[in-house]
Order: sequence, then structure tokens, then C-alpha cells
Amino acid sequence: MSDTTETRAGGDTFGFIRRNIREYGILFAFVVIVLFFSIVTNGKLLAPNNITNVFLQNGHIVVMAVGMLLIIVAGHIDLSVGSVSAFVGALAAIMIVKMGLPVLVVVVASLVFGALVGAAQGYWIAYWKIPSFIVTLAGMLVFRGLTYAVLQGQSLGPFPKEFQMISSGFIPDVFGPDKPNTLSLILGWGAALIILWLQVRNRRREETLGIVDEPFAFFAIKNALILFALVWMTWILANFRGLPNIFIVMAILVALYAFISERTTLGRRIFAIGGNAKAAKLSGINSERIVFFTFVNMGMLAALAGLIISARLNSATPKAGVGFELDVIAAVFIGGASMSGGVGTVIGAVVGAFIMGVMNNGMSILGIGIDYQLMIKGLVLLAAVIFDVSNKSKS
Amino acid sequence: MDPILEMRGITKEFPGVKALDNVNMVVRRGEIRALCGENGAGKSTLMKVLSGVYPHGSYDGEILYNGKPMAFRGIPDSEELGIVIIHQELALVPQMSIAENIFLGNEIATRGVIDRHETNRRTAELLAKVGLRESPETKVGELGMGKQQLVEIAKALSKKVDLLILDEPTSSLNENDSAALLRLLAGFREQGMTAIMISHKLNEISQVCDSITVLRDGATVSHHNGMVPESQIIKDMVGRSMNDRYPPRDPKIGEVVMQVRDWTVADPLREGRMLVDNATFELKRGEVLGIAGLMGAGRTELAMSLFGRSIGDFRKGSATIRGKEVDLATVPKAIKAGLAYVTEDRKSLGLVLEDTIRRNIPLANLKGISTRGVIDRHREGQVARDYRKQINIRSSSVDQVMANLSGGNQQKVVLSKWLFSEPEILILDEPTRGIDVGAKYEIYTIIRDLAAAGKSIIVISSEMPELLGITDRILVMNEGRLVGDMPTAEATQERIMSIIIKSGHNLTEEDITPEEIEAEVAHV
Repeated sequence: MSDTTETRAGGDTFGFIRRNIREYGILFAFVVIVLFFSIVTNGKLLAPNNITNVFLQNGHIVVMAVGMLLIIVAGHIDLSVGSVSAFVGALAAIMIVKMGLPVLVVVVASLVFGALVGAAQGYWIAYWKIPSFIVTLAGMLVFRGLTYAVLQGQSLGPFPKEFQMISSGFIPDVFGPDKPNTLSLILGWGAALIILWLQVRNRRREETLGIVDEPFAFFAIKNALILFALVWMTWILANFRGLPNIFIVMAILVALYAFISERTTLGRRIFAIGGNAKAAKLSGINSERIVFFTFVNMGMLAALAGLIISARLNSATPKAGVGFELDVIAAVFIGGASMSGGVGTVIGAVVGAFIMGVMNNGMSILGIGIDYQLMIKGLVLLAAVIFDVSNKSKS
Repeated sequence: MDPILEMRGITKEFPGVKALDNVNMVVRRGEIRALCGENGAGKSTLMKVLSGVYPHGSYDGEILYNGKPMAFRGIPDSEELGIVIIHQELALVPQMSIAENIFLGNEIATRGVIDRHETNRRTAELLAKVGLRESPETKVGELGMGKQQLVEIAKALSKKVDLLILDEPTSSLNENDSAALLRLLAGFREQGMTAIMISHKLNEISQVCDSITVLRDGATVSHHNGMVPESQIIKDMVGRSMNDRYPPRDPKIGEVVMQVRDWTVADPLREGRMLVDNATFELKRGEVLGIAGLMGAGRTELAMSLFGRSIGDFRKGSATIRGKEVDLATVPKAIKAGLAYVTEDRKSLGLVLEDTIRRNIPLANLKGISTRGVIDRHREGQVARDYRKQINIRSSSVDQVMANLSGGNQQKVVLSKWLFSEPEILILDEPTRGIDVGAKYEIYTIIRDLAAAGKSIIVISSEMPELLGITDRILVMNEGRLVGDMPTAEATQERIMSIIIKSGHNLTEEDITPEEIEAEVAHV
């Protein structure tokens, strides 16, 4: 094709919206969904115990979504995460319940084991170029089978209190038992202020370089919303039981993986491999090692998710995590990742996970049956991707 | 003569851009019309309007075909009336046979059951018409680019064609295949067919075309009935006169920088065949070294093999840079040794098309913009803006997506990417393929500037005038061997061709297909 346009609106508000419609679109959709359900549930959605519930119910999905995002951006897929999380959960249960090992040792061993499972799959994908769909489909069957085998078809539990705390615990208040929970307030509000400070600092530097793209109104509204949401939520939760442990785990992982994907050479290389594998290779990027790493990483996060699920259910069951891979993959695609690789954001995937989570939660409060829930979730996934595709063909 | 086609006042707008602005063109029956213009001038858009890719109503203006106004809703409408377009990027399915490709979407069938005998018989007839001696059941992927182009033309002929539109038909062909194709077109003209040919190659236009239309910035600039001097066409295309198509040379050639000895690479797909056979050569500081040869001569293979053994099976050979033996076994090692390789296929091997200029430029040297693995986005932006300014990448900003740039500007980004890796030795493989005259001149200037700054540059090109215009010394390659080495001052096209011909039987019948190259890249 020899006809291409070289002009494109830059700097103006309309052009900016068009270029970034996906990122703002998903945030906007999330806000609308939250508002919608909080209205139709008469505010029950945003009640302190329900906000806590939303985090507890979706922690494992978010944990796996950040890993899945890297895999999908690299142009691959991992169908085995549900089975792997169940398998590692089962191993953890055996180590704790049957062997009586200390919780900390079990957690570390489980993460290592998850990484090994990821390595075992990633090896074939990265170095033998076996399609990831096939390898992880096989992994999905194998690890589900192994879960049945090691549990001998039985549930295994209960866990000691300290293990359950992974999922159902709240951060202790070092400043005493009064409400609000002071440590929660410090952490939540502190994080909000740090985010604001980083954003402002970044914008200042862009201003001095004269490369500001985002109109100020957008910048202000976006940050005001994030700040408000964090401060308000922290306040509510601090007055209830404090920030859940799982919330802290999620926040750390999301920040870490957002940083890796956007700001590190490793992240850049993952995007380049998914965008054009051959060009990446000829640019001196060791694609095999990086693809291998994304699967090792995914295995580890699936293991962490397995621990979270077992801790929440207080037992390891052979059917734990069935279908989770689909929830995780759906979250990543709702979050704007491209099936063909090279496109996607960690924040998008997390928001995608919470869109699904809030819809699940809201529809459950309303007493909508599982039949309709599944249909609605499927349509939301389809709508998000249709929005992406039509958006892309327009530009 | 009576016009077969009149396009009047064609205006086509895309969001934010006027791609065509009141374009007029009259084509006479039985002529070959050349359509020229820089990339982005609107040539392909105009042809898409004509063939119905952009349906009636999505543009302003009128199309008269055989004197009657037309309102095509899609390609089937225009094909029905004998207007057939062959796109620049071939639309063939490599895994399917020639016959299956030719009748794809138009199968000879009764009630959905394909008549294979009739299909093959008709295909054989069509192949005879285009002079392609292949079995109708040969897989298209096994053919070289030249033959694939002939299959495209046979496919066009399988429909009723009165007006054939060819979008840069020779852009991926070597000189022999191009000449054959042009002869074929001239033959069709004898039989009364009309053709419109989009081309950048002015020598080809003067060979076969009867008249020329030049577009610039979406508007008709000039019509020439009959041939005019090339300099006039170039002037019309770029809007300024361009006396020199190559920048002046003032070589300051220094000591030997790189020596390659007995470099040998085997073909992983064909037992016993060497892609590169005992190649030995030297490269000096500040020198622009050209490698001439036919397609499939092994030039790209030599370059890619030096660059981290990225193709074929490496057998033997050594390379020294500044007297020290270097290890070029992987791409990172080659980069570290000071090599850079700008691929001939920028879209599939050189760029992340869906990503921005800013993120493409540092890809081969991420260390240069990061500290302990963390990217400094401000440094990254600064680097991108510097290169954008320095080598004149025309874009709205460094955050523009590569896919929206013209070929010439994409090539400048690839060049920037490798310049940022700070190589001593740059290998440029077909650096100006598919880019327009103005951008070519800019690329040539960059090459000469780099040489003047003491870099050593290897240029692989199938356009001999280009090699003669910008290099200091030329190596000739044929069948994997280096068969000639001469200062450019003593080189002529005739001399190079005669060296190639004398050096052995010609390889054109065994052109390497793109799929094979791909397979070899994947093999590594």
C-alpha cells in the first residue's frame, strides 16, 4: 500500500480522546457499572462488607490476570492456570494438613513449585515452538488429573488460622484496636498521595520538555477520581475491619507488574515479541528466554492464586479453579489486550477483572440466576472486543 | 482515439485528510498508462476508487467507463465490466496450487463440486498466455516472486479483462523477471487490452508506457502523452527539480575495519546447496561497499548470516573487526561486535508496525535508554525526537504509530533504530525498496553522511543505478559466491551483468521464494 497519511491531529482534545478512547473507555465503563449496580442494589454494592467481599472474591483472578496479560501480550495463551492453581492448592494442603509443615515454608515451596510447572510448559513453548494453546491445553488436563490423583478425589482441610489469613485476614492495626484502623488509613491514603505525586511530577517533566499530550482537564479529572476513590474506599474499609490482606497483595502485584510492563526493558521486550517476533529477534532480543520467563512467572502467580483459593475455601478440593482460566483470559481481553499480541495494559486487565467481579457480585445481590449471569458476562466480553475492533478499523 | 475511461473531479476524503482532490484522468483504449507519484500522492486510492474498493458515494466525482457513468458498489461490480486490479502485495495462498489460486472465489464447479480437470485445463491455457511453464498443480509457495506475479496476472486473465490495473507489479521482481513482465504487458496491448500501471521505476515506464499521469498530494499535476525525459517526471512528482538523483560523494576511506574469510552457509532445506559459498571480503573505514547480484544470489543470506547467523546453517568462516576475531554467533553478539543489519523486509522483519516511532527506535539498544533495566521514558522521548529531527522523519509526533507512516518514513525509523545501536558497520539490505524518489535521496544522503562520519556501510541493492550512484566499491555475487570486486568508478551495469552471466549458469529458475527465506529464518 503506497497511500498512507502522515497527518494526524495531535494535542487537541478531540484527537486525544480518539487516540486514548480504549483506556478511558474501560475506566468509564467500570464507573458506569459500579454506579448502575450501586443504584439498583440500593447501595448494597458499596457497603463496607460488600466492598471487602468483592476483593476477597476476585483476588485470585487479579493475581492471575497480571501474569496472563504478559503472556497474551507476548502473543501466547495459558489455558492451564485453573488446573495449576488447583494442583498447587492441593499440594499445599498435603504439606500443611498431612505433613504439618510451617505455613511460611509451604507458601515458598508452593510458589517454587508453580514456577517449575510454568517452566515445564514454557520450555516446550519457547524452545520447541509448540503452540502455547496446545501445550497449556495438555497442561490443563494433566494438572487437573494430578489434582484428583494427589487428593484421591477428596477435599482436604481445614487449614490452620494463619494460612486462612492469606485470604480472609485483615491487616492488623499497630496503633491499637480503635476505629478507624489507623494503619489502613496510612497505607491507603499514603498510596493515593504517592500516586498523585508521581503523576504530577511526570506531567511537570513532560511540560518542561513540551510534550504534554493529555489535556489538563483530563489529567485533573482522572486524578481527582482516582484520588477520591482510593481515599473514600480506604476510609470506608478502615471503619469496617481494615484493609484485607488480599488487597495489599493485589496492590503490590499490580503496581509491580504495571511497572515491569511499562517501564522496564523486560516489559518492552515482551511487547516487541508480541508485536513482531521476527523484528524483535533481529533486534537482538532473546525471545525464547523471555517467553520462557512469562510462563515461569505465570506458573508462580497461578500457584499464589491456588494458595489464595484454598485459604478462602479453607480446603483444597479436586474441582477448585475449574474454569478460572476463562475468567482470567476474559479479564485480560476486556482490559483491551489484543489476541494477536503486542497490545494490552496491566491496569486494563485489572479493571477488566473488576468489571467481571462487580457484575458477578451485583447480579448475585440482585438474585439473578447463574444462567443469566453467564449470558451477560459472555455478552460483555463480546461487546468489549467488538468495541476494540470497530475502534481500530475506524482509525 | 476513443477513451475507455474518464475519471472526472474525483475527490476522496478520509477523516482529517483529503487523499484525492479533484483528480481528472482520461485513459485511451489500447494504451498502457503510467500512474506516477510519490508515496502518499494518492495513486492507490485513485485505483481503489476506480475498482470499487471505495464504493460509489464514498467519494465525489464521476467515473465514465466506455462512455457510461459507473456506480460501483464493490470489486465484483467493476470486475463484471472487465476492470481488474492486481495489488502490489500479492493475494495468493501459498499452500494452494496455481490452479486453485487462479479460480479462488470463482471456481469452476457444478452444484458446489469442483471440476478439477476443467480447472487444470483452463489454468494450463492461462499459464501458456503468460508464458509460465509450471504444472497447474504446483503449490504457489514453491514459486519465486517473479512466477507468483505471473500467476496473479493469469488470475486476472481468467476473468474478462478490458482494463488491467497493476500496482507496482515489478517492485519485488529482479531485472530478468521485470523485463519479462513488461514484454508480456506490451503483448497484451497488441491484443487490444488497456492497462494502468502504478510504478516508481522510471526506466520501466519509459520502456512500455504510452503516456503518463503524475499525481502529487492527491491532485493531478501533469499528463504527458508520449514519453518525456525522466527529469521532467521527477520534477512533477516531487514538485521541484532534482538534478542529481544521488548526493555528491567525497569518500575518505581509511584502514580496513572488517575482514570476512571463507564464510560458508548451507541451505537447510536443500541438501548440498550452499547459500553462501566461501565468501571472503574486506570493508574499510568510511567506505560504502555495494553488493550486486540477482535475486537469490545469496546477498541477503550473507548479510543475515554475518548478523548473528540469522539464516541458514553456518558451516565455516571467520570475521575480524579491527584485526580482532569476533564472535557473531547470535544477534546480540553481532550487535555487540558493532554490526547492524537493516532488513530488506521492514514490515515483517524490521518494525513493530502497531507500535509508535518512540518505542521502535530504541528496540535494538534498550540499554541506551535504561538504567538497571528500568526505562527512562524522558530519555527515550528525547532520543526519538532527536532522530525525528535529525533525519527528517515526517510524522505528527514521535507517538505516531508506524503503520500510519509512508514507506520512506518507516525506513527512516528503521535506520534510526540501528543508528541508535551505535554500530561501526551498517549492512543495509535494499534500503530504498518501495520508497519514493524524494525519500530515496534522503536515505542516500544519510548513507553518505554516515560514511563521512567514519562508519563502514554495506549496501545490498537490486537497482544497479543505485549501487553505481552511492557506493565506493562493488562486490558482485552469484550463486552464493563472490565473483567480482571493483571500484565503483570502474563499474558499469554491463560489466556487472557480464560478470554474473560468465560466473555460471543463471539461478533465476531457482529463485528462492519468500516462504523459503522465512523458513530459514525460523530454522535458526
